[in-house]
Amino acid sequence: MKLTLKIWRQANASDKGAIKTYELDGVSQDMSFLEMLDLLNEQLLHNDEEPVAFDSDCREGICGTCSLMINGEAHGPEVTTTCQLHMRSFKDGDTITIEPWRASSFPIVRDLIVDRSAFDRIIQNGGYISANTGSAPEANSVPAPRDKAMRAFNTATCIGCGACVAACPNGSASLFLGAKITHLGELPQGQPERYSRVQTMLAQHDAEGFGGCTNIGECASACPKEIPLDVISQLNKDLRNSMILG
Amino acid sequence: MAAGTHYLPGLTPTNEAPVQKSDDAAGYYVLGEKLVDPKTPTGPIADRWTTRKFENRLVNPANRRKLDVIIVGTGLAGGAAAATLGEAGYNVKSFCYQDSPRRAHSIAAQGGINASKNYKSDGDSDYRLFYDTVKGGDYRSRESNVYRLAEVSTNIIDQCVAQGVPFAREYGGLLDNRSFGGVQVSRTFYARGQTGQQLLLGAYQAMERQVAAGTVEQFTRHEMLDVIIVDDRARGIVARNMVTGEIETHLADAVVLATGGYGNVFYLSTNAMGSNVMAAWRAHRKGAYMANPCYTQIHPTCIPVTGAHQSKLTLMSESLRNDGRIWVPKNAEDCTKDPRNIPEADRDYFLERIYPAFGNLVPRDIASRAAKYMCDEGRGVGPEVEETQPDGSVKKFRRGVYLDLGAAIERLGKDKIEEKYDNLLDMYERITGENPYEVPMRIYPAVHYVMGGLWVDYELQTSVTGLFCTGEANFSDHGANRLGASALMQGLADGYFVLPNTITDYLADGPFDKIDESHPAVVEALDGVTSRVEKLMSINGERSVESIHKELGQIMWEYCGMDRREEGLKTAIGLIRELKKEFWTNVKVLGSAESLNQDLEKANRVADFIELGELMCIDALNRRESCGGHFRGESQTDEGEAMRHDDEFAYVAAWEFGGEDGAPILHKEDLIYTAIEMKQRSYK
Repeated sequence: MKLTLKIWRQANASDKGAIKTYELDGVSQDMSFLEMLDLLNEQLLHNDEEPVAFDSDCREGICGTCSLMINGEAHGPEVTTTCQLHMRSFKDGDTITIEPWRASSFPIVRDLIVDRSAFDRIIQNGGYISANTGSAPEANSVPAPRDKAMRAFNTATCIGCGACVAACPNGSASLFLGAKITHLGELPQGQPERYSRVQTMLAQHDAEGFGGCTNIGECASACPKEIPLDVISQLNKDLRNSMILG
Repeated sequence: MAAGTHYLPGLTPTNEAPVQKSDDAAGYYVLGEKLVDPKTPTGPIADRWTTRKFENRLVNPANRRKLDVIIVGTGLAGGAAAATLGEAGYNVKSFCYQDSPRRAHSIAAQGGINASKNYKSDGDSDYRLFYDTVKGGDYRSRESNVYRLAEVSTNIIDQCVAQGVPFAREYGGLLDNRSFGGVQVSRTFYARGQTGQQLLLGAYQAMERQVAAGTVEQFTRHEMLDVIIVDDRARGIVARNMVTGEIETHLADAVVLATGGYGNVFYLSTNAMGSNVMAAWRAHRKGAYMANPCYTQIHPTCIPVTGAHQSKLTLMSESLRNDGRIWVPKNAEDCTKDPRNIPEADRDYFLERIYPAFGNLVPRDIASRAAKYMCDEGRGVGPEVEETQPDGSVKKFRRGVYLDLGAAIERLGKDKIEEKYDNLLDMYERITGENPYEVPMRIYPAVHYVMGGLWVDYELQTSVTGLFCTGEANFSDHGANRLGASALMQGLADGYFVLPNTITDYLADGPFDKIDESHPAVVEALDGVTSRVEKLMSINGERSVESIHKELGQIMWEYCGMDRREEGLKTAIGLIRELKKEFWTNVKVLGSAESLNQDLEKANRVADFIELGELMCIDALNRRESCGGHFRGESQTDEGEAMRHDDEFAYVAAWEFGGEDGAPILHKEDLIYTAIEMKQRSYK
């Protein structure tokens, strides 16, 4: 396949940045999207042009490192991570626009790389169950109902990639937040801190400059792990309850 | 050896110390002094860890905040250790090359974590988990370390459940188990095919809690480039801030490396793109011994390679072997047919045929080699790929065998299979474009995990005082082969329970004399790193780092892969030495060192992979026996099974750096067993 790539280039956080166009030939259908970029970088290097910086690590769809807006969509046209998107989703002769995540809470570091450390700071503010090492009770001493455990698991699969934020017109991280609130709130172990957790995590979310949720739902459609939109209802419900009960 | 030697007073050794007769690697190495772990515990095996914990000195809570510990790596071993030492009140500085600790490669582990809970009442116990692990590792691990691992395994599950790790559960709300390759009990706890992710998030969240509490300071997008040693003690690291390019020094009372494995030396592996050997290798060059580097685990169930563009390989959890039957066509002419049209009678379920007792659940090394041999015979499936033979000729092979869920779907229903393996099967379909519910999956072995790593004593301290090493980065627990679901167990055992107990004994001597940035040893380490980076930036040759890494990978896979032989290994050493020259005279790195520069990062790592590759080949050349993930073609039975030589090689090969142009120095640590008798492994 032969492609035209329009890629955001930005040397560092303070650089202005611009789209540059590259022609790339010899792309195979079996390549992942990132392997296509590897090929481009090899070509750029031989032409003495600095390779495009982009984030990736496991390339198995689980670490959440890769990002990329592809033709205006977070992770591109399929419901998956960029590393699991394959070139068979594109056609010979296509023009593809590649940009970094769009959100002011994720400042650009270089080219296609953004800084998502705001997510770590949200977790620091209550995104855990306080259980010191070495003092845990026998694992089976607290049974967890299977349906609740399943729901906890389904929301715990969030990879923290930030696609939800990038897809949201408000730049809200409510899906990320709701997923963690639901994961920990569905389990018996998570109950003691349930209501303080929602307040502190949400306060940090707002302090980081993420926008409010207006139930548009772009987040859930862009989520590569298909975290359901109703975790945001759970978030709101826990927040209401925290004001009454907490 | 007689009972009552200095190894384990009061207990009877079950084997003699080895005496090596062969010397295949003569000329490539220098023989050093024998190594004896000075901290090997004594007494009955089940009491050793308890006794050691009691004997270790403690640091009182008020003194802990005066002590600084650097932990490099934030996977299961590093993240868990940072969380635990932070809770205890030490000042922890945690480093990772990723943008967040949550992205460490432990997150990609799929299948599960072992623990001897015996929830299924199928005869499991600490001793049985210990026994399976030592036997599965072909009797090349230390028995005291492995027993301790089995002993703390149950605490790990308790800890993770308390943190909210959503393990699979039965309808009654209790935890579920499944079984894994190499064992006959169900002791594996799992969270669908994402167990590593869930365990890592547990450790990460526990660590972030300590960041908020102020006991852990986290440095992301930082890569360790050297260790600082002052008066023979590890006192800090040199790291590069990968965003600004600044080379920084960080000082502490002790340093812990939890930096994972080096499988990427093969270029193609299931490791994350950034997984590297630099921290361990830099420590090696500063005096830390590298043990058993040739032990590479080849995982039997990965998605086969599709072409030259491939950047990495994807593993399919071997838990699929519980329900998937592995086969190839009986007749080579059927290999291009649609597998659904090949009748039962024409299928060769080769693992069930050769190893009836374990069938599809034989350990990884055995399953991997069997698949290779089927393909070598011309009965592989999938696309044909050209391979260069050792004599230079080119032959075509199909490198794939079927993993067929058909019978399980018929027996259990599609829903049950979907519930168990959902995300794995989605991932397979996404990568291959084939639906595994309808067409048998194609799998092939790939480089996955390394059992070799920095040598550590029982306390997880390397041969450099004050430098500790945990998880996959050390050598200690898996011997020559790792059983499924025990990597996660080791990472968390080391991080939550072992290191936090052993490091206190070392820290009880601290705080050590204050040093500052102007200390000559600090300046020297900093200058060394800076000039190396300058050198890499100034070569300005023709070759991309990527192309050199690929070439190294091809050499390693061809000559130091699933079947190693004397001649091939000697060829490989020659090729690697040439490649090293090529790298340092002809590599091309653009851009600047004072900014984010991914090619520079890779160049730094590949330079170390080249040196490590040579040592792996020398280690493999010396070990003229087959054990676990190390299969020497010259050492096999008439039936083609691996043949160990305990009388010659029941030792840990700990390599000391021999200087820039010197030969590596081999220190042997004899493996003496008292709680287990060495037997030939048989899974028939």
